[in-house]
Amino acid sequence: MNEEKIKKEKDPWFSAKNLTLLRNPFNLNNPVTVQVLGICSALAVTVQLKPAIVMALSVTIVTAFSNLIISSLRDTIPSRIRIIVQLVVVAALVIIVDQILKAYVYDVSKKLSVFVGLIITNCILMGRLEAFAMANKPWPSFIDGIGNGLGYGLILVTVAFFRELLGSGKFYGMKVIPEAFYKAGYVDNGLMILPPMALMTIGIIIWIQRWKKPELQEKN
Amino acid sequence: MEHSNKYIFIYSLVMVVLVAVALTIVAVQLKPAQDDNIRIEKMQNILSSVNVPVAEIPKKQVIDVYHKYVKTAFAVNDKGEIVESDPEKVFKIEMANELKKDPAQQQLPVFVAVLDNGDSAVVVPLRGKGLWGAIWGYISFKTDYNTVYGCMFDHKSETPGLGAEINQSWFQKPFLGKTIFDEGGNMVSIGIMKKGQIKKEAHDVDAISGGTITSKGVQKMIKDNLDSYQAYFKKHFRS
Repeated sequence: MNEEKIKKEKDPWFSAKNLTLLRNPFNLNNPVTVQVLGICSALAVTVQLKPAIVMALSVTIVTAFSNLIISSLRDTIPSRIRIIVQLVVVAALVIIVDQILKAYVYDVSKKLSVFVGLIITNCILMGRLEAFAMANKPWPSFIDGIGNGLGYGLILVTVAFFRELLGSGKFYGMKVIPEAFYKAGYVDNGLMILPPMALMTIGIIIWIQRWKKPELQEKN
Repeated sequence: MEHSNKYIFIYSLVMVVLVAVALTIVAVQLKPAQDDNIRIEKMQNILSSVNVPVAEIPKKQVIDVYHKYVKTAFAVNDKGEIVESDPEKVFKIEMANELKKDPAQQQLPVFVAVLDNGDSAVVVPLRGKGLWGAIWGYISFKTDYNTVYGCMFDHKSETPGLGAEINQSWFQKPFLGKTIFDEGGNMVSIGIMKKGQIKKEAHDVDAISGGTITSKGVQKMIKDNLDSYQAYFKKHFRS
């Protein structure tokens, strides 16, 4: 009798609560534009769309599965070494992702170079593990990981889209700005290829987001 | 909940062993695919240096195309004598390691490509440093061992839009047809100069504006690497 009751109270897999976990990082709680985490890699891998997409997927996989693993272990992890345990799990997942990229998408893995390894130090990961996975059940943690990874990826892909389009006149490696434009005097903006413009682009995205969502603006 | 030291100790031990086993399995499983990628990349580079449009060749066919064109490969020493003639072994030689050795010990790889149009080209690897990190490439010569037939350069981390342009065709195309020996039969290599400073049309190409140190790095890389091959090239050089 008692057991049945507990089962009924359990959230369905895609309850409203779980969906909010998935949706929030896209907007009001975006890891890049609101929490300002993971900026370093957002600057480095957004010159072209393809590496940005691969990076976004890699981070999503690592956040989702590290959240899942840490959350399943959360009752057994000794609190005194919890950061070490989290790091070991994250590092192992990152190495696995890096090895898979090297084996199957070698050219992209060359472009991402050290930044895949640096996913380990991405604050989004440790942030989610400490703030969410250590205190929640595995399934919501998994969703939270996916949401935050994709929220990070959304910004990465947006920035990469503009940088590739304006910096090299391409979309996903294909030339989209017609030859006639170049003949008429149009020049690709070389500045867009350099890291500072990624920061500017993220700045503009944050600006637009805060203008649309006044609740994000600080009140002083 | 506080855990005892014993628990913490055993917990970390078990965790580390499990992770180590998992990583070993992954690494061992993926190793062959990763090695293949590195081999294929090297083949693509060599093919690219003899003007084969590698971008159009699907990755799976690269190995076949490479073996179709590059049938001969051997390694020479600093006196120009052939010291190794097994193409497989020559392919595995890492130029970066050879350059660190004493010149008398070096095994310098030479690849010979015979192309569809009947041209033969002699390919030698290049290794050097740019502004931020390693640069490398392959340069091929016609069978007079003097005229550049093709080349490819690449880099680890040169500045995008500036030094990084060395892997673009606009930088590489002008090398074609340049010669590395002067009228007196001395090896002068290829100079990479500012536009105004080009004096020897036959030996010099344009540098990259804003990428001076990378350009100089490419020039030094070609000169240093060809110097190692000097004896071999002088033996075969025909003007």
